[in-house]
Amino acid sequence: MSIALEARGLTKEFKGFVAVNNVDLTVERGSIHALIGPNGAGKTTCFNLLTKFLQPTRGTITYEGRDITRLPPAEIARLGMVRSFQISAVFPDLSVLQNVRVAVQRKRGESYDFWRSEKKLSRFDDEARSHIDEVGLSDFTHHRAAELSYGRKRALEIAATLALSPEMLLLDEPMAGMAQEDVERISALIRRVAKNRTVLMVEHNLSVVANLSDTITVLARGEILAEGDYAAVSKSPEVIDAYIGAGYE
Amino acid sequence: MAMSDTGITRPAAQQAGMPMLHKIIFLVLLVFLAVLPFMVYPVFAMKLMCFALFAAAFNLLLGFGGLLSFGHAAFFGSASYVAAHAAKVWGLTPELAVLSGTVAAAILGLAIGALAIRRQGIYFAMVTLAFAQMVYFVALQAQFTGGEDGIQSVPRGDLFGLISLRDNVSLYFFVLAVTFGGVLMLYRIVHSPFGQVLKAIRENEPRAISLGYNVNRYKLMVFTLSATFAGLAGATKSQVFQLASLTDVHWTMSGEVVLMTLLGGMGTIFGPLVGAAIIVTMQNYLATFGAWVTVIQGVIFVIGVMLFREGIVGVIARWIKRPL
Repeated sequence: MSIALEARGLTKEFKGFVAVNNVDLTVERGSIHALIGPNGAGKTTCFNLLTKFLQPTRGTITYEGRDITRLPPAEIARLGMVRSFQISAVFPDLSVLQNVRVAVQRKRGESYDFWRSEKKLSRFDDEARSHIDEVGLSDFTHHRAAELSYGRKRALEIAATLALSPEMLLLDEPMAGMAQEDVERISALIRRVAKNRTVLMVEHNLSVVANLSDTITVLARGEILAEGDYAAVSKSPEVIDAYIGAGYE
Repeated sequence: MAMSDTGITRPAAQQAGMPMLHKIIFLVLLVFLAVLPFMVYPVFAMKLMCFALFAAAFNLLLGFGGLLSFGHAAFFGSASYVAAHAAKVWGLTPELAVLSGTVAAAILGLAIGALAIRRQGIYFAMVTLAFAQMVYFVALQAQFTGGEDGIQSVPRGDLFGLISLRDNVSLYFFVLAVTFGGVLMLYRIVHSPFGQVLKAIRENEPRAISLGYNVNRYKLMVFTLSATFAGLAGATKSQVFQLASLTDVHWTMSGEVVLMTLLGGMGTIFGPLVGAAIIVTMQNYLATFGAWVTVIQGVIFVIGVMLFREGIVGVIARWIKRPL
């Protein structure tokens, strides 16, 4: 398998505090890769570094063989690597259809045309609707995004992300704060959309990613503790120690 | 600046084109404005329309772009000076004078905007205020602005070199065409593909970035457009009063337009127009109270904010459950 995303010696320091320390990460193309760890392990910082929402202090990031260490975040999205957010990222006052359509609109070329009528946007409706169908939100097409349940907001976010036809998805705790039935629904959705894509997801719980991921990387205190499939990682004494140890701190 | 909890449950854009309600309001407004100069003093009515356009332009930036500028007098005022100078010294016809003022405001907007959008929130407001103070200083010190006197007795001239605008009523219809047209153009900008992206950025900026939108370019564009229309209002105002003065570039002018927009309802189409009408009418009819106008204005603003948190039109929109 070839490599989709690679980080070498990734380090982020905040005023003397090292949040991410010398992390080497390799995400294989077509795999589901999970980045897990206890609270304060540096997962989200690491994630923000990879998506360029934070600038690394040291280290390099390569995506599809291209050095992206110095690129702005909007540029990363244009290269086909699209991220989600821990707090579900929808546009609350727009309808479900508009939420997805804004993504389609971006893919079809930027829209600086302020003199045109928004009626022009209806030509993107069919494409947007197909993505809404894909995540099972067709019954809510005309609802305001703010009115959706937490799990459905997540699904909407994924629909908008899919509308960009990304080659790689980065999901920041997609299951955080979700009821069990939603967790199963979103897991199934992630598995489905991962069929011809690469997925890197950050999660807090090992159990959530157990059946979902091909590779698991465990972070603790900003450093990589263990890496491998679920069977290997879950038996690692360092991992067990880190999770239990963190619980007592 | 999220508008998510205004309680308007109807999704804003299932309608194709302008909804019937908005068409009716614009039509009623146009009829009302067509007969207005025969009921009140035309110059007062023209002042009202200029400020309504100014507030609508400001609302494009605050209500739809989510950016609070505290220096919009810079664009209103500089356009006023350039248009007055163009009409008086260069001898341009009114429409060309207004056009040159507007272009000047657009260029200034692009320059100030390019620097200001690098900052967020209160810092953005402070940067715009600082630049506006610089423009004020130039207006005070430069030769062509006439310092404390401003540019006085600007000739009214002939529209397209043909129609005399010396008569108040004919000037009124010129001003009506410019300001009403300006407000309709602003309406179009809000309801364009560009406007849709603006709303998305206002609602959730990081998400807009993650979708690949170059957010700063959109902010610069909406800033420049807002400055341009503020300039159109200022340039037109200088033709009405035949005067460009320090009042036009003073920071209180920047404050007044914030007041008008918030009182009427930011992020609504008709709110700024209502807000401008209330403030200008108050200033006009309470002028006899002298310095007390400011106090009364302040009291009304406080009451307005406490009773109508979303502005007058914002509250009405919530009652009738339709965007206005």
